[in-house]
Amino acid sequence: MNDQAITGLQLDNVEIFKGTVRLLGMDAIIAPGQILTLMGPSGSGKSTLINAIAGFLPSSFSCTGTIRLNGQNITTLPPESRRVGVLFQDPLLFPHFSVLQNILFALPAGGTMHERCDKALTLLHEISMDEFADADPDTLSGGQKARVALARVIASTPNALLLDEPFSKLDADLRDSMRQLVCEEVARRKIPTLLVTHDKDDASATDGPVLTL
Amino acid sequence: MKAKTSRLAIIPALVLALLILPIGAATLSLLGTAFDWKFGWWAHSLEPFETSLGAFQTVLNVPGFWTSVGLSFWIGLFTALISLTIVMLFIATFLSSRGFFWVWVLMKPVLAVPHAAAAFGLLFLIAPSGFLIRLVSPELSGFLRPPDWLIVNDPAGLSLALGLILKEIPFLFFVTMAALPQTDFRRPRIAANMGYGQIWSWFISVFPGVYLQIRLPVFAVIAFATSTIDVALILGPVTPPTLSVRILQWMNDPDLSMRTTAAAGAIIQVGVTLLAVLTWWAAEYVVMHLGRMMALRGWRFKRDKILRLLSVGLLGASVLIVSVGTALLALWSVAGVWRFPEALPQVWTLKSWSDQATNLWETGWRATIIGLGAATLSLALVLASLENEYRNNKRATRLAWWTIYIPLLVPQIALVGGLSVLFIRFSIDGTLWAVILVHMIFTYPYIYLTLSDPWNAFDTRYLAVARSLGKSVNRAFWSIRLPILLRPVLAAFALGFAVSIAQYLPTLLIGAGRQPTLTTEAIALASGGNRRVIGTYALVQTLLPLIVFALANLVPKLLWSNRRGLQVRSVE
Repeated sequence: MNDQAITGLQLDNVEIFKGTVRLLGMDAIIAPGQILTLMGPSGSGKSTLINAIAGFLPSSFSCTGTIRLNGQNITTLPPESRRVGVLFQDPLLFPHFSVLQNILFALPAGGTMHERCDKALTLLHEISMDEFADADPDTLSGGQKARVALARVIASTPNALLLDEPFSKLDADLRDSMRQLVCEEVARRKIPTLLVTHDKDDASATDGPVLTL
Repeated sequence: MKAKTSRLAIIPALVLALLILPIGAATLSLLGTAFDWKFGWWAHSLEPFETSLGAFQTVLNVPGFWTSVGLSFWIGLFTALISLTIVMLFIATFLSSRGFFWVWVLMKPVLAVPHAAAAFGLLFLIAPSGFLIRLVSPELSGFLRPPDWLIVNDPAGLSLALGLILKEIPFLFFVTMAALPQTDFRRPRIAANMGYGQIWSWFISVFPGVYLQIRLPVFAVIAFATSTIDVALILGPVTPPTLSVRILQWMNDPDLSMRTTAAAGAIIQVGVTLLAVLTWWAAEYVVMHLGRMMALRGWRFKRDKILRLLSVGLLGASVLIVSVGTALLALWSVAGVWRFPEALPQVWTLKSWSDQATNLWETGWRATIIGLGAATLSLALVLASLENEYRNNKRATRLAWWTIYIPLLVPQIALVGGLSVLFIRFSIDGTLWAVILVHMIFTYPYIYLTLSDPWNAFDTRYLAVARSLGKSVNRAFWSIRLPILLRPVLAAFALGFAVSIAQYLPTLLIGAGRQPTLTTEAIALASGGNRRVIGTYALVQTLLPLIVFALANLVPKLLWSNRRGLQVRSVE
């Protein structure tokens, strides 16, 4: 079936059901570096779609169709083998790790501890957080936490990125800079990205295609 | 997703084996002994099945038998009623106030004090030759020798009930606190705005929901109080004693034919406990209907100030009694000459400590090993159970809750007594492992019940993040969930340790007297009445769980001292 490897994230006739009720269906190809925005009201199943792609579909839901990432069928893979990064509404930094440790945890295994720290610090530098490397995540501001969460997911070198309303809990002025940062990272690292949101401003900031449920 | 059979899948079966198998085995062994079944492996006999009611006839003809039954029944209900009332009135009064966090902090150590130690402390406080009467003698009372009053070991069992209430108050307090977050605190305010009194507002708007959640623990209190042994041996009536004490006497009787009498007694004990619970159940309906009637008639009960003061006073008194009692244990352990009316010893000495040092060390060390063993194994099993529930996306069902509570609802004398007959039959009694295993029947439920709420309250999106970062489900457990939940995990461990340290009957019967611990030694000393020696054992028995509680509190604090997200924030 996999006659030619399509790069990017491919949702092939994916449908989400709650019990027997169909919540949504989606057929799309997201190219590397592209952000596809999915707009819809709460309860429309857009977060569930993110869970399905990441591999966390709750048992009360079901999903049909095929999810491919760079040509590989990942529909039945366990979450840790999918290489799909997720940014949630909340930054969810691990409270028992320092900022640097959060990044180190995300970096793929391998390399000496020294090399790993260098890599992690470089990532923190890119988001201007290197001076907070040893900080307790709980002491950071909301915007700082959001940036560290972005650096953390980037550190894990995902092949696709899923954004579940990641800007909705930020202050209005922070939201713009965070959107910009995400767009830059996605474009620079050529990551296919799916953004679900109910905020029209999110959609217009990405200059990618927009689907409305 | 691929259905990978996990090694965790065996956990529910293991837990069932731990909780249910002993019940079945004990039932069989009690019935077999009591009815004198002669068949198969049971009696090494190939005779046809025979059964006899002789043991029950013996039991019913024992002088004062019905008095013992009546004592157990009323002490169970009285203890539950008084402790529940005090805790409920207190929470209704105090919940909205700022000092509540401190009450929490003060109550925690009381929960860790073993029943026996609390009972000894009470004994040293209120006995005719105890601290209270010494304080007023001879100046106020005129007593030059202890009055001839039956304050403790009173025939009605009031001092026994008081000793139990002291320990059931903190238990019900923490159980209720765990149930509270699920209630909406705006409800009593709405009622109060309509002119209802503070306590009554709470009772009509919050209590019914909270009570549903603490009902099983309340039943456990009734079951415990109807069948307690250790506290009854210290404070309980003597002629006749409560039913469970009598059963233990029959079990220990050198005349082996008394074993069948004991087994019949244990079956009757189950009946008495069941009857007490059913009586309570019936009373629930009466209270519910009366409460609803009064609420619908619009009775305001506005003037509840006295009741509010009383609830704070009584709860405070219970904490104070346990604290002073523990201090008295320490005082007696270093007392030399201490003649009656004197409030403090005339001569201070470490003689009791040096005399008992070897045995204290040996029994204390054994109690610690058993406690650590039972708590560690139970904790591992609880963590595996909870992780298994999470991975299969299941929560404990109603049936599962009852299963977890069963060891706390069945009188210990019946459960452990029945088990000991089996252990003796297969000659596995008297070993350390057997004692640890039987302790686990009681530590598992407490650890599970303490840990399941914080465990399930954990934001599992942390685990989702870890896995989408490429970590396995096991790695997410060890690196993320366990460290973040270290505080509640260690707190549950400490409670399990305290439960094990306090166990008297399992240690005595399953250990077959060959595994003495602080608890069995202290209670063996009770009848001798040497307060100096009792003081040393009961004090160490109190200190061990307190030390583990303190460590469980301290370790996460030190480990996560620079992690604000993991510090306790005082309750709003």
